[in-house]
Amino acid sequence: MSENKLLRIGSGAAWWGDRVEPAALNAERGDLDYLCFETMAEATVSAAQVRARRDPSFPGYDTYLDDRMRAVLPACMRRGTRIVSNQGWINPQGAARRIVELLRELGIRGVKVAAVGGSLITDRVLELAPTILENGQPTATLKDTLISAEAYMGAEPIVQALREGAQIVVTGRVADPSLFLAPMMYEFGWDPLDHERIGAGSGIGHLMECGAQVTGGYFADPGLKDVPEPWNLAFPIAEVDAQGNVTLSKVAGTGGAITLQTVKEQMLYEVHDPAHYITPDVVVDFTRARIEPLGPDRVRVTGLTGKPRTPTLKVSMGCTEGFIGEDMFFYAGPGALRRAQLAKKILEERFKIVKLDAEEVRIDFLGLNAIHGAATPPDAPEPYEVAVRVAARTRTREEAVKVGREVDGMAVSGVGHTGKRVPHQERTREVIGVWSSLVPRGQVAAHIDHFTS
Amino acid sequence: MKARLEQVAHTRSGDKGNTSNIAVFAYEPALYPLLKEQLTAERFKAFHREAITGEVLRYEAENLHALNFVAHGALGGGVSRSLSLDNYGKALSAAILGFELDVPEELAPLLRERRSA
Repeated sequence: MSENKLLRIGSGAAWWGDRVEPAALNAERGDLDYLCFETMAEATVSAAQVRARRDPSFPGYDTYLDDRMRAVLPACMRRGTRIVSNQGWINPQGAARRIVELLRELGIRGVKVAAVGGSLITDRVLELAPTILENGQPTATLKDTLISAEAYMGAEPIVQALREGAQIVVTGRVADPSLFLAPMMYEFGWDPLDHERIGAGSGIGHLMECGAQVTGGYFADPGLKDVPEPWNLAFPIAEVDAQGNVTLSKVAGTGGAITLQTVKEQMLYEVHDPAHYITPDVVVDFTRARIEPLGPDRVRVTGLTGKPRTPTLKVSMGCTEGFIGEDMFFYAGPGALRRAQLAKKILEERFKIVKLDAEEVRIDFLGLNAIHGAATPPDAPEPYEVAVRVAARTRTREEAVKVGREVDGMAVSGVGHTGKRVPHQERTREVIGVWSSLVPRGQVAAHIDHFTS
Repeated sequence: MKARLEQVAHTRSGDKGNTSNIAVFAYEPALYPLLKEQLTAERFKAFHREAITGEVLRYEAENLHALNFVAHGALGGGVSRSLSLDNYGKALSAAILGFELDVPEELAPLLRERRSA
């Protein structure tokens, strides 16, 4: 790719549950060189492992793989847009095979699809990663509860797959910004150790990885920060040059907004020290970035840079940590909060009577203090309606079930004017706790498999 | 004069385990020094009472006219094990918008007012 060429990279998803139609729009009308999908949260891999154990028919990749790929494959393959996606979860080879099937169903032959694996290190993690970052304890303390451990790989294996001719690359756990950095490294030939360019590319990846969060999503606050047509948001498009400067934009005619403010908010999203944002590829420095609005929904970002990468990779370890039981019931009208307070007292006494064995119990008044908890101002006004929401974390499912059963008792044995649902949904769920550690980067080897439609 | 933070700055929260980062961005560069001076890590933590159980660190990003607060122990034990309905703390960044600041009269024209629909 020539020095002057602009690379156009679009976002196709920012999380597993994200909308599909903006991905299709980017594929059809984004004039993209690359379309990148981010579909994994911290606990995704562990949850997938639990589900795979219980349900042998679960293939172990993004449950929306078919929807997403069917929505974008025709336009991407017609236009020559390559796809990079972490929809492989715990089975990237399976995801790649499924994409090949979908391509064949669409009559598209000869497309090369690569699977990037190697992030799963469950069987080795206790030897490789000595210490839990969050509490300083040895990882050996997780021995009996560990479900899954995966290292966050960087962009290099994706670059390798692209070099080997892949038009679609589907991965397991890869750091989110790396999905977007990889096309830049491949197209511009950036050296993986050129920390200034890699820092810039990773910074751009960070701005892109949350999709609509930079185009007006998770932003609107009526009267202070208004967003046009917030029901019609587009996912962002990065126009990147070989120096690592970027202009962020979106497909014309869509709702939302890309402004100085939306870009600033996304720049520090999930960042701790803005001068040291650690990824597998580099340590990004956001503190020298300059953000310049160029026009409606076009914002230029320059000055993103980085520092040399660390010798380690982060590992996420998912563990079984018992169960949560939860339910809620309702009050409204004069005296609603007083009735809710009495209901809370009744539940606290009932939990003693039924000997609820819980690690933590929380009874909130939704409408007053369930969201901000102890940060709720003491003088917050009394609500007209309030839901009593109760949750407990327990070691066994039998204990967690008691929460819903005691809420059931509030129907005829509770307080006057109690509104309550007949239970229609599962009121207990399994907890997968996530811990982190570090492993030497040399201990994690990616492997790449190629398939052709 | 007194002003609420929502008139001076906009905020966004993000999660990592049991840590929430809440970034606070001055709407106007001229208002940023007020934030730096008055919205200290100690006051930030005190404002949230027991909702933040651990240490609060404050980073400055001059280029963004931003303060980034890293609040440890703000997510009820961590996203996965929290009993909170808002276990990611996505709504947490709204609480600090009620923080009161002293604003010199000459900066009052820069304050935002919530417009009615």
